Amino acid sequence: MELELRGITKRFPGVLANDDVSLTARSGKVLALIGENGAGKSTLMNVLSGLYQPDEGEIYIDGVQQVFDDPGDAIKAGIGMVHQHFMLVPVFSVAENVVLGVEPVKGMGVLDRKKARIEVREISERYGLAVDPDALVEELPVGIQQRVEIIKILLRGAKILVFDEPTAVLTPQEVEEFFGIVAELKGRGATIIFITHKLKEALAIADDITVLRGGKVVGNADPATATPEDLAAMMVGRDIDLTVDKTASEPGQDVLTLNDVTMLDDYGRPLLRSISMSVRAGEIVGIAGIQGNGQTELVEAITGLLPIASGKIEVLGEDITKASPRRRHRIGIAHVPEDRNEMGMIGSFTIKENLVLDNYYAEPFSRRGVLNDGAIETAAEQMVEAYDVRPPMIDNTGSALSGGNAQKMIVAREFSRDVPLVICAQPTRGIDVGSIEYIHEQIVRKRDEGKAILIVSTELDEIFALSDRILVMYDGQIVAERAAGETTPTEIGLFMAGRTA
Amino acid sequence: MSTTTPQMPEGGPPEPTAGQTFVQRLAVAQDWRSAILIPFLAVFTAFVIGGIIVMLTGVPFTQMIEAYVALFKGSVGSIKAISETLTNATPLILTGLSVALAFRAGLFNIGGEGQLLIGGMVAVVVGFSFGGLPWIVHLPMALLAGMLGGAAWGFIPGFLRARTGAHEVITTIMLNYIAVLLVQFLLTTTFFQREGRQDPVSKNVEPSAVLPQLLGWINPALRVNLGLIVALIAAFVINWLLFRTTLGYEFRAVGANPAAARYAGISVPRVYVLVMVIAGALAGLAGANQILGVLGRATPGFSGPGLGFDGIAVALLGRSNPWGVVAAALLFGGLKAGGQEMQVAAHVSPDLIGVMQALIIMFVAAPALITTLYRLKAPSTSAQITKGWAS
Repeated sequence: MELELRGITKRFPGVLANDDVSLTARSGKVLALIGENGAGKSTLMNVLSGLYQPDEGEIYIDGVQQVFDDPGDAIKAGIGMVHQHFMLVPVFSVAENVVLGVEPVKGMGVLDRKKARIEVREISERYGLAVDPDALVEELPVGIQQRVEIIKILLRGAKILVFDEPTAVLTPQEVEEFFGIVAELKGRGATIIFITHKLKEALAIADDITVLRGGKVVGNADPATATPEDLAAMMVGRDIDLTVDKTASEPGQDVLTLNDVTMLDDYGRPLLRSISMSVRAGEIVGIAGIQGNGQTELVEAITGLLPIASGKIEVLGEDITKASPRRRHRIGIAHVPEDRNEMGMIGSFTIKENLVLDNYYAEPFSRRGVLNDGAIETAAEQMVEAYDVRPPMIDNTGSALSGGNAQKMIVAREFSRDVPLVICAQPTRGIDVGSIEYIHEQIVRKRDEGKAILIVSTELDEIFALSDRILVMYDGQIVAERAAGETTPTEIGLFMAGRTA
Repeated sequence: MSTTTPQMPEGGPPEPTAGQTFVQRLAVAQDWRSAILIPFLAVFTAFVIGGIIVMLTGVPFTQMIEAYVALFKGSVGSIKAISETLTNATPLILTGLSVALAFRAGLFNIGGEGQLLIGGMVAVVVGFSFGGLPWIVHLPMALLAGMLGGAAWGFIPGFLRARTGAHEVITTIMLNYIAVLLVQFLLTTTFFQREGRQDPVSKNVEPSAVLPQLLGWINPALRVNLGLIVALIAAFVINWLLFRTTLGYEFRAVGANPAAARYAGISVPRVYVLVMVIAGALAGLAGANQILGVLGRATPGFSGPGLGFDGIAVALLGRSNPWGVVAAALLFGGLKAGGQEMQVAAHVSPDLIGVMQALIIMFVAAPALITTLYRLKAPSTSAQITKGWAS
């Protein structure tokens, strides 16, 4: 089926989220929809799925105008969504999940498990989506869970499939498999819309590319001829340099040293396996790895948020193995946490309150337990200005900031302190290209000031853009160490997948 | 289309607030609508629906109007009425502050009742002992004793939560039972019981520990006493503590996002203990106020009964803001004072007051009822709906 949007406009108070957006997704083709955060992709997809009603414009499927009053209408019209965060019940089997809401029943409302199983098997065979209908969803790897989501929407008769950032949670191998599934669906005539910010993937998989910026379509690109730089420039409206300008590092003394650090979970299983590493002054060490291989635990071990089972952690020669998070913070660790909303900020606090989140107790921000509003405001104004947080209104709540600006606020707080060690976990996850560029510059500037920097990122591009030295984590271990100039993304990718050095 | 329409803010739409606890969503206002508009409409709606309910029992409309006129007169219609309203409001301010402070730190203190009882018992001991001390020493001592008693009773659930993770809702409810029965038992022991009495009544508080009446010089029947001033000072102090001190910053941080508080180096267990100690002290002060200002002695029912539980309603309606709590306590105190007048003058059962209070809390706790009823446009739900879409 061919999907056409004509002149879709959607306004929110004070914001024009979609401005006269027109696009076409062709039958049997993949349309990649790319754009920065806040470009209007989400709003557009919510219009398409019936969650929002557009203020202006029309939706056509095969030339017939459609009006979606609620998501049910969109599903009936053949539109299916695969959300970035799966909508599955972990303790249900695959078959139970797939038929949830459209259960085949025998008399008296009893679930017909046999029929459910057959329905799942039929679809998985027809589209080559191998999955065991009886497996429990919680026991399946993420890539297979995604297949369950796809089967779910196919069972509901979807002919137009919308994928929202489908590769964000997948390993490189799973991404390959996912691309295979997309090719299969495409071959069977499905219309596919692929929302992404990964330009290389868009180029690899799409037949058409539409770029959104500031709520408008700024252009279409032909994946056969376009380059990532072209697309990035369209997305941000100016030429963007995805590489970071930096000189060779001149590392000094060891600032952070880990010696044989082991961490166990509540059941005694190892999360970190005898990690030994160091970060020196004036260098950026990047930790590469697929999410969930111990990077989070490593950062929390260093910052004192999780206890370690054995080993020793030192900062500038001082043993901090048993020190409290606050003590470590005062000795000189700045920490940009992995999850800015869950950990890095308090959404209901004002920006100025957030900017003193980890030093509100110290002078000049407070004296003898009483907050000094004047000092907090002065410092907040300076930080917001210096780190380009927009809008620069320090009395707004943190939750009113966009992802990129919230991250800049956290970076401002952590980088404003003069400390020897800076840890940045996923410093640019889910933020717009402009903010990424800015934060990368700040990180390199910190290095050039002689700070020791530890970066954890699941984005190889980011690791390569920033690092002087690269460590790869796999299954709680550091499996490889390379100088950034002496390795390639391919080699690091193999280590990330479990190849040993 | 129109180029004059404001553009998307740099970097995209706001991100949804994460990590917010249930208690925060329930009890802490995020904007002026939920701070002022919703409570106001909740009260108004409760009056209308409460009236309809009473009329369904066969009370004619004119009598209903009379009842509300009497309610108004009985709460603010005369100096006597105002004095009663203020007398009723005083302990509610204190128990409301107790619950509100805990809400701010993400804790649900259902134990105000027990903390009030224990505080009151400790205060009565100091009150009937130490005869002969000047009041400037004796009264503060008795009030402080009440706070310490409540604080000790609040410490227990705080400590259990911090050390073992035992949920304060469960432990405070259980401690309420213990406190109620402990009071009944203690009042029959020779140490507490008034000589020559068989029923559970304590000895009388010495005059030097009694909270003096504020308007006794006009008319000795005007019961409002110094406890009101103490309660208002407490509201001021709690407001200052929450918003001006590092401790209050820590309380609010733990309540709004415990993970971020931990990241910031705040000891969450320590906050739990401190919050429950201070909350207990406030409820204990309410108990001391009842003993030293209203009753002059302890009886098993000296908590009203239920002043500790009413504090939950007051904190919810006041949106956990200290001055909002004062306003809510005045409203509930006025309803209580006017309820009696309503019965006398219009022959409408004062149970209506309980119905109205319950309706108010229901509407405040489920603001969607109010927004639907008055066709209020929901505040920016877009950020919520789009969560999990683009990243």
